[in-house]
Amino acid sequence: MGGITTIIMSSQLSLEEISKVGQLARLQLTDDEKVALTGHLNDILQQFGRLQELDTTGVPPTSHSLPLQNVFRDDVAAASLPRDAATLNAPEKRDGNFIVPQIMED
Amino acid sequence: MELFELTAFELSNKLSAGEVSAREVTEAFLNRISSVEDNVQAYVTVTKDEALKQADAVDEARKAGEKLSPIAGIPLALKDNMCTTGVETTCSSKILRGFLPPYNATVVEKLNDAGAVVTGKVNLDEFAMGSSTENSGFFTTHNPWDLSAVPGGSSGGSTAAVAAGEAAWALGSDTGGSIRQPAAFCGVVGLKPTYGRVSRYGLIAFASSLDQIGPITRDVRDAATLLTAISGYDPRDSTSVNLEVPDYARSLTGDIKGKRIGVPREYFAQGVEGSVADAVKAAIAKLTELGAIAEEISLPHSEYALPTYYILAPAEASSNLARYDGVRFGHRTARATNYVDLFEKTREEGFGAEVKQRIMIGTYALSAGYYDAFYIKAQQVRTLIKRDFDTAFEKYDAIVSPTAPTVAFPIGERSNDPLAMKLSDVLTIPANMAGIPAISIPCGFSNGLPIGLQIMAPAFAEETLLQIAYAYEQSTEWHRQRPKL
Repeated sequence: MGGITTIIMSSQLSLEEISKVGQLARLQLTDDEKVALTGHLNDILQQFGRLQELDTTGVPPTSHSLPLQNVFRDDVAAASLPRDAATLNAPEKRDGNFIVPQIMED
Repeated sequence: MELFELTAFELSNKLSAGEVSAREVTEAFLNRISSVEDNVQAYVTVTKDEALKQADAVDEARKAGEKLSPIAGIPLALKDNMCTTGVETTCSSKILRGFLPPYNATVVEKLNDAGAVVTGKVNLDEFAMGSSTENSGFFTTHNPWDLSAVPGGSSGGSTAAVAAGEAAWALGSDTGGSIRQPAAFCGVVGLKPTYGRVSRYGLIAFASSLDQIGPITRDVRDAATLLTAISGYDPRDSTSVNLEVPDYARSLTGDIKGKRIGVPREYFAQGVEGSVADAVKAAIAKLTELGAIAEEISLPHSEYALPTYYILAPAEASSNLARYDGVRFGHRTARATNYVDLFEKTREEGFGAEVKQRIMIGTYALSAGYYDAFYIKAQQVRTLIKRDFDTAFEKYDAIVSPTAPTVAFPIGERSNDPLAMKLSDVLTIPANMAGIPAISIPCGFSNGLPIGLQIMAPAFAEETLLQIAYAYEQSTEWHRQRPKL
């Protein structure tokens, strides 16, 4: 990938796109929220457009500012969070497990 | 002076000399909280009984002749996004109301081991997303210098508590300026360390490549002391750097002769108020008087920092906040009929508007078809911003600017204008992008509201930062001012 990536950018997010993004984000937005969000997001997206002005050919991306990579620990078993502590805040639990609504249809 | 008006250093000296007990000190601060909290509203949770227990333990240890840390027995407030075992930790969000962390953050462990007295958990913008603390899911904190003004954000509870004498010092977190900007607004010292200097283990994540915990104090010496206490390598944080921690207070000699200071012209352009620019220019003149050499420089990609941040931070946040799904902890909707409902309704009910906005932006920026144009592009611009600093630091020891473009604005003025709100971070964001340390110290007032001077230094050069900050501070009286409450 090189050069300035050209993309057809929607300068206006539609309500439909907002709904799709909402699904990805797992947010059940109200209609009022969707309308308000469309406005706010479009304002911010306008700002993003300015980044396209910059020539970033050959510039490596920075994901974090330190020269650290592949920070691993030795594969040695060690103590971990006890079950009681891990389930301390469970909204619903039984026998050390988290109880949730049914995931699979019968 | 009242005990709650003293610096941590002054309190530490009184404690060592036996003039006062840790219990007396703690009671003084707890009483202060009682008398001003109705107006300031800095605290989400006051841990009165635990604080007194910790104080008594310190007094016992001192009686037994144990050698104590300089932070022992001194009341400290923790931003409520740092995990404290058995003490509710909420990130000022309804989605974490009632959450009791099963482990302590590393910084909390260090504080506990050193005998710190934690007075409680203080308010923030929800999940640290904001610049005024108005986005708190619970209540807004008020600026002690003018109760109708914001304290700044997102560590507004921390800075207001210190300014009001409701804690001798505090910890905050900084992702785009969230320690420095509220420190400037509240007339206190706020330091964001180099990325990797302080462990993020137990800091509830907002944007993992940008977040850092740092000290919020009455003066530079206290910031140096607290920084030493919380810094260090932590194998539980994979972005923690294995570098020795100096005794930062040792670098406070007051001598800055020959230090080369760069003044970026772009940081005086971006909507900076006249009174703020004047105060900062006067501060730079003072630094020159003290022997430093100041020159104008350019950081040419400065104007791109804000849009870059508003892709990267929300993108990282959208990933970090995916864990709030009502399954294992936190709020769970009562209205779920299937598992998708569980996630969607829980998050809809639990998150505030700003948090939802940022999750949406981040999700959009990372989604198929947009990832390259937005996310990768922003990471490339981040490299350009970092390179601006690398180049400047070849010639200069530090870079100086205003911390924020304005002083504290009135509560409610910007809460419906997210873009205007975000502009208040324009001068602080670049340091997070580059991972470099930065401090805000008081340098004046405008209509009774504090103005902050920002100093930035190369990665792991906190000593330089503190040196310059200390030299300036000691030649002025700003840090001795106290708000009338």
